[in-house]
Amino acid sequence: MNSLSLELAHALPEAILALGAVVLLLIGAFRGRDDDGPMTELAVVVLGAALVAVVLGGHRPAGVVFDDAFIDDSFGDFMKGLSLTGSIVVLLMSGGFLRQSGVDKFEFPILVVLATLGMLMLISANGLIALYLGLELMSLSLYVVAAISRDDARASEAGLKYFVLGALSSGMLLYGASLLYGFAGSVSFAGIAAAIGGHPNMGVIFGLVFLFAGLAFKMSVVPFHMWTPDVYEGAPTPVTAFFASAPKMAAVAVSTRVIMTAFPGAVSEWQQVIVFMALASMALGSFAAINQSNIKRLMAYSSIGHMGFALVGLAAGTEAGVKGVAVYMAIYLVMTLGAFAAILSMRVNGKAVEKINDLAGLARTNPAMGFFFAMLMFSLAGVPPLAGFFAKFYVFMAAVDAKLYWLAVIGILTSAVAAFYYLRIVKVMYFDEPAPAFDRPSVTQRVVLAVSSLAMLLFWIYPAPLVDAAAAAAHSLF
Amino acid sequence: MTLATAFFYLFSIVTIASAVMVISARNPVHSVLFLILAFVNAAGLFLLTGAEFLAMILVVVYVGAVAVLFLFVVMMLDVDFAELKQGFLQYLPIGMLVGLIVLVELITVIGVWSVAPQAALSTPTPGHMTNVEALGRVLYTQYVYLFQAAGFVLLTAMIGAIVLTLHHRPNVRRQNIAEQNARTRASAIEVKKVPSRAGV
Repeated sequence: MNSLSLELAHALPEAILALGAVVLLLIGAFRGRDDDGPMTELAVVVLGAALVAVVLGGHRPAGVVFDDAFIDDSFGDFMKGLSLTGSIVVLLMSGGFLRQSGVDKFEFPILVVLATLGMLMLISANGLIALYLGLELMSLSLYVVAAISRDDARASEAGLKYFVLGALSSGMLLYGASLLYGFAGSVSFAGIAAAIGGHPNMGVIFGLVFLFAGLAFKMSVVPFHMWTPDVYEGAPTPVTAFFASAPKMAAVAVSTRVIMTAFPGAVSEWQQVIVFMALASMALGSFAAINQSNIKRLMAYSSIGHMGFALVGLAAGTEAGVKGVAVYMAIYLVMTLGAFAAILSMRVNGKAVEKINDLAGLARTNPAMGFFFAMLMFSLAGVPPLAGFFAKFYVFMAAVDAKLYWLAVIGILTSAVAAFYYLRIVKVMYFDEPAPAFDRPSVTQRVVLAVSSLAMLLFWIYPAPLVDAAAAAAHSLF
Repeated sequence: MTLATAFFYLFSIVTIASAVMVISARNPVHSVLFLILAFVNAAGLFLLTGAEFLAMILVVVYVGAVAVLFLFVVMMLDVDFAELKQGFLQYLPIGMLVGLIVLVELITVIGVWSVAPQAALSTPTPGHMTNVEALGRVLYTQYVYLFQAAGFVLLTAMIGAIVLTLHHRPNVRRQNIAEQNARTRASAIEVKKVPSRAGV
C-alpha cells in the first residue's frame, strides 16, 4: 500500500472539494446570517481550483488507489472536467436568480459543491462500495437542492417526489450490488469482470439488471424517467439547470465505466438492457415533448431523449462508442447550459416566466438573444453543421460499426421527430406576435448564452481538441 | 446438545416469533416493542458467533436509538392504522401475485447459486486481536477513503435536514444566557419609594 499522501495526490480534485465544502460550511455558520453573500463566489473558487487540479493533473499516469476503490485515469479526468464546468457555470448563472426569487440561502452553493464532490467520486469509483457512496453523496445533495425553495408547494412536491423515487432506486441498486458481490465474490469492477469470465450466471445477470435500474434512474432514461418532468418543472430554474447538466455527466460516466470494466464478459446481457433503454428514451423524449407548453418541462423530455442518444453509443460497447458518448456528453453539456442561460433570463418585470408562448417574437424584441437561442435549438435538434449534429453522428456511426443498424435507424427517425418541437420554439420566436419583452439578462447569463451558442455554431471549424480528448478518454477504458 | 446450540435455538426461535409479532400485533406500540425484542435476540446470535462488537453496536444503535425513535414516531404521529389497513384485503390478491412472482424469480436465482471459488467466504478472526481492534485496523487504513466518504454523506444529510426544517422566525424572543447572567441587581430591580396612603 502506498503512503496516504501519494494516494491523495491522485484524488487531489476530490480533496480540494471536500476541504472547500467544510471550510465554506464553517464560514457560513460563523457569519451567522442566512443570506448567500459571498458564498456563491467562494464556491466557484473552490470548484475552479478543483477544475485546475483536474486539468493540470491530466498528465499523471493512471492509478488505482485506496485499495482498489478509486481510479484516476483520463476518462475520469474528461468527465470530471465536464461535471465541474457544469457546476461552475450553473452557480455563476444562479446567484441573482435565487436572490430575486427569495431563495437566498448560503447552503445552496455548499450543497452544489458537495454534490459535485459526489459526482467526482462517482466518476472515479472503481468498486461497488465507492460507487454507492459517491451516488448517495450526489443524490442527497440533489434531493435537498430540489426542495430548497421550501415555501413553494411545487418545489416541495418536486423534492419529495425525487427523494422517494431516488431512495427506491438506491435500494434497487444496493440489491443488485449485493447480488453481484454474492455471485462474483468481489466489490471491485476488475474483480467482478475476472469472476464472470465469459459465462455470467443467472445471479450475475439479476444483479446487473438491478444495478442498471439504479443507474438509469440517475441518468433519467426510460423506464426510470417518471420523476424528471415534474422535478424539472417544480424546482427553481437554476436547480433545474444543475439537474440537467452536471449530474448527468457523472451518471453516464459511471454507467460507462461499470459496463466497460466490470461486464466485458457479459456483452449480450447488458447490451439488450441498454438498447431497450436507448430506444425507449429516444422515442419518449421525441413524442412526449411535442405537446408541452412549459419550457422547463420540454427541456426535461429533451434531456430524456438526449440520454437515449448517448446510450446508443454505449450500446455499441466499442472504443468508438465510448468516444461518441464522451463527445455527446460534452456537447450536450454546452447546449444545455446555453439553453438554460436563456431560460433563466426569461423574466418579465422581475417575475420569472416559463411558458413557451412567452418567447413569442423574441427575435424582434431582443434579436441577439433570439438568434443565440435559435442556434442552440437547431443544435439540440441535430441540424448540420451545428455541434449537435456531430454529437449524434459519432454515436450513430459507432452503432453502425457495431452492427446495430436498426438502432441507428430508429435513432435518426426519432431525432427527426424531436426536431419538430425544437423548430417550433424557433418558429414561435421568429414568426409569432411579440409577447412582452424580457428584462435585460445578467452579464453571466448573456456571456454563457453567447459563448455556448457560438461554440455550437463554429464547432465544425476546429473540432479536434474535443474529439482528441474524448478519444484519449475512451482509450483509457480499454 | 451443547449449551451454545441450546442458546442458538432459543435466540432464533424468539427472534422469528417476535418478528412475526411485529407485523401481526394490533397495537403499533406493541409492534415496536417486539421489534426491540427481535433486535436483542439477534444481538445474542451475533454474540454466539464471536462478533461481540457487532452485538453491542446492534444493541446500542438499533435498540438504543432507532427503535426508541420508532416508538416516539408511533406515539407522537398518531397514525390511524385501522384506516391504513382498510384497503389491505382489496389489494391482497394482487400483492400475493407479485410476491409469488418475486419468490419464483428468487428461487431461480438461488437455484444456480455458485459462490465464486476465489472469494474468501469470511475473513478469519485474528486470534490475538479483539473484534474492535481488527475492525479499526481495516476501517482506518484499507477503507479510509470509503470511511471518509460515508462521513461526507452523513454531513450532507445533516445539512439537508437543517436547510429544509430550520425556520428563523423574526420577532421571537429567545433565551440569551449570557444576557441573563450579566443581569445585576441594579439593572433588574427598581426600588420605588411608595408614599404612604397614596397607592402605587
